[in-house]
Amino acid sequence: MSQVAAVEIEGLTHHYGTRRALSDLALLIRPGEMFALLGPNGSGKSTLFRVLSTLIAPEQGSVQICGHDVRRDTDVVRQAIGVVFQSPSLDDKLSVAENLIHQGHLYGLFGAMLRERVELMLDKFGVGDRRRDRVATLSGGLRRRVELAKGILHLPQILLLDEPSTGLDPAARADLWKYLKHLRDESDTTIIWTTHLLDEADDADRIAILNQGSLVAFGAPHDLRAEIGSDAITIHTADQARVAERLRSQLSMEPQRIDSGLRLLTDDGRHRLSEVAQACGDDLRGLSWGRATLEDVFIQRTGHRFDAPQAEASP
Amino acid sequence: MSVIEQPSTSAAASTSIAMRTLLATATLARRELVRFVRQPNRIIGAIGQPAVFWILFGAGLGPSFQMPGVEDADVSYREYFFPGTVVLIVLFTAVFTTISIIEDRREGFLQSVLVAPIPRLAMVAGKLIGGTLIAVAQGLLFLLLGLSLGFSFSIPGLFAMLALLCVIGLALTGTGFIIAWRMDSTQGFHAIMSLFLLPMWLLSGAFFPASEGWLGWVVRLNPLTYGVAALRRLLYWNETANLLPPGTPSMTTSVAVTITFAATTFWLAWLVSARRTAGDLR
Repeated sequence: MSQVAAVEIEGLTHHYGTRRALSDLALLIRPGEMFALLGPNGSGKSTLFRVLSTLIAPEQGSVQICGHDVRRDTDVVRQAIGVVFQSPSLDDKLSVAENLIHQGHLYGLFGAMLRERVELMLDKFGVGDRRRDRVATLSGGLRRRVELAKGILHLPQILLLDEPSTGLDPAARADLWKYLKHLRDESDTTIIWTTHLLDEADDADRIAILNQGSLVAFGAPHDLRAEIGSDAITIHTADQARVAERLRSQLSMEPQRIDSGLRLLTDDGRHRLSEVAQACGDDLRGLSWGRATLEDVFIQRTGHRFDAPQAEASP
Repeated sequence: MSVIEQPSTSAAASTSIAMRTLLATATLARRELVRFVRQPNRIIGAIGQPAVFWILFGAGLGPSFQMPGVEDADVSYREYFFPGTVVLIVLFTAVFTTISIIEDRREGFLQSVLVAPIPRLAMVAGKLIGGTLIAVAQGLLFLLLGLSLGFSFSIPGLFAMLALLCVIGLALTGTGFIIAWRMDSTQGFHAIMSLFLLPMWLLSGAFFPASEGWLGWVVRLNPLTYGVAALRRLLYWNETANLLPPGTPSMTTSVAVTITFAATTFWLAWLVSARRTAGDLR
């Protein structure tokens, strides 16, 4: 495996008009990684995706893909990446095979080599029997498979996917992840996807969490959770201030406010439940314990919930 | 499942830039053709409406039409209107083809072309050549109807007209491309069509002859006038009598202006295609 980073970003800043979508971002993605760019709407992940997919040029800072500058060596970068956009990019009027052949031609493939490759993909994604069918007649799940086939037809070193599960039912979603994991297992392809779904980021080797254009967390999901304590206790209370004060003074614990109550991050949550309940006293409406999630990481780093409404980042 | 082992750059290295550009242009043009034949209503729209215009206007305006300057010549309105109708078919087809840019963008197809390792030139050329081929095929179909009208054209003459239609088609598809590229709705395009493209056609000598006054000037400044004039001249190539309306530009001027028109729109289409619109960033 090549030692050159799959993606290396330094000082990336991007504006839409006067609004800053990305702010001095630095990121390093290793070759062969499954990497998730996690962030709520407006976090800048879509802008980052557009830059990585070469749809827009980076405004400021340097972005290297497989060691090539996206601004200077755009065509080399384009050959090295496969892109699956959120909105479907298949031509409805063409058949499954025609879509793939068209894509192959755009990537410089033709003749016997292309036919072979198309066959391989049709077979790999289980759509061989639908090759002559117009894409318009395919189900959402099958279309997604063909999109994937289209994205990796030229055997890119990096596969980029923008919100890949959007619009898919749970079965199609599971299907998609099955194929992505297969792809990673059988090749060195680096797989990078954006998502606003916390559980979808958990499948990654490492993740970057973005918020308002900045990187707020970076690392393996497990490590990020371990940093904040393995457990989370959620307290439902009508009086956040009073309960928070009691937790601080009696248990020396620093709770975080969330909309309907407070949240405590600790390593031994289960064992501390009763003392927390006692400290809350009559103000306690409910108490729950769970393993810390990536949302806890997000709350801890940003001070607000993951799905809290924020400014929309799209232009 | 089979194992993927080849490095991705192998295909790129073995194919030269020129070859890749050609391949991409050809595949994009081919897609236009395939899409066209799979949407029969487009064929009806592009050729049907001008044909109906030609029959109805021919019948309605025929009795009152008198070609200025050539009173003794027997030129019916249907005959006068014929080259204009061919150009209208080319215009309609060009518009339908370039409207698909807006659809491609809305549906997401365009994004995948924008990030493909192809020169922008290939993307533009693919669209324009595809649109031109469709337009010329439809124009030719109607042109063959002209045989029934008594236009006597030779095989070399027909080829000359085909070549000319290609240039006109390229110019009009290019014009459509420039307009469609920055549009995010097909309704917007239809508005431009009514306010700009149709008047451009009306004032090209296609629908009525005009060589005097301010109208004469508008006609002379309209680049499409020269395409219509060249086609009219080719249709009468073997005629000894002068059946051309007064002020028809010379063949050399007509061809030169039409080629310049096509080259300019091609270049402008290439320029505007560097722009990303809000629709690309969804």
